[in-house]
Amino acid sequence: MTKPLPKEYYKQLEEIQTADFVVMELMLYLDTHPTDQQAIGQYNQFSQYSKQLKRAFESQFGPLQQGSLNPSQTDWAWSESPWPWQV
Amino acid sequence: MWTYEKKLQYPVKVSTCNPTLAKYLMEQYGGADGELAAALRYMNQRYTIPGKVIGLLNDIATEEFAHLEMIATMIYKLTKDATPQQLRDAGLAEHYVSHDSALFYNNAAGVPFTAAYIQAKGDPIADLYEDIAAEEKARATYQWIIDMSDDPDLNDSLRFLREREVVHSQRFREAVEILKDERDQKKVF
Amino acid sequence: MKSQQPFTSAKSYVPPHSPFDPCPPIGRKYYSTPPNLYLGFQPSDLPQFSPADALRKGTLWKVFYDYYDNPYRKGAGKSRD
Ligand SMILES: [Fe+2]
Repeated sequence: MTKPLPKEYYKQLEEIQTADFVVMELMLYLDTHPTDQQAIGQYNQFSQYSKQLKRAFESQFGPLQQGSLNPSQTDWAWSESPWPWQV
Repeated sequence: MWTYEKKLQYPVKVSTCNPTLAKYLMEQYGGADGELAAALRYMNQRYTIPGKVIGLLNDIATEEFAHLEMIATMIYKLTKDATPQQLRDAGLAEHYVSHDSALFYNNAAGVPFTAAYIQAKGDPIADLYEDIAAEEKARATYQWIIDMSDDPDLNDSLRFLREREVVHSQRFREAVEILKDERDQKKVF
Repeated sequence: MKSQQPFTSAKSYVPPHSPFDPCPPIGRKYYSTPPNLYLGFQPSDLPQFSPADALRKGTLWKVFYDYYDNPYRKGAGKSRD
């Protein structure tokens, strides 16, 4: 196997999965409850939180999203970090 | 368009080397009630449904693609290190002679995916009732796979996916309620 | 979580068994009747799981949580935590 990923990778990834799950659930809920102000507030809160988590993750483990900044001038980081089915 | 995120929706762990489970999981990969069928069905129906529920079809379809990736990850992890002998013992000899350990969109019995699995009637109620049925069938399929599997970690991920079908079914039922609502409707007869 | 739901999310029935059926009777057959069959249009402000629990359980709202395990395995029971 290639070198194992640090524990921190899995921990931070799961925090992102957690935040994005709340976002996804609220998105489906709002699709059928489009005037629920409290849900909209919670959606915005978690959407913002998820963006923060992703920025922190990407600075350590490389780009998570298409369109994220490439951290190096010389190496294309997108294809270096592992794919989801490889971890 | 879509953009990709390098992560699964939910962590996938498989604890036992049991390629037979990969064979069962193919039912949810390329089967009639699998994640590919779900994603393609909703994605396609959204063009011809009232605007109030397009967002729901769009967003559930997108989530189904994330589920497809989870199922693919499970199958991949269970087959990538299997020898031809192990695959034969798992009932995957026929798969091997055609595909090696490549993934293929077929069901647990090896029947290739077909667009005939999914319907688009153009009638919003007919389509949403099909979607509700699809969610209940996917839920049932996850139950039967859990019944066949002794892998606790795999079952944890499968329980997550089963629960998502419960929530999706709920939302499609709400979509029907939205479309049949009598408020601010002018009499058409 | 002790369920205060006014419904059960699993049901069972006993299929007929003839003396000429080759296998011993299975006893009960089980099927799920999950919460989405009972709730109707979801009301606002329903109790939520914490974000971490929501991911683990697959639903943000407690009302939809429906743990499933093989009902035919010996000693299998609904372990709702
Ligand atoms: Fe679904």
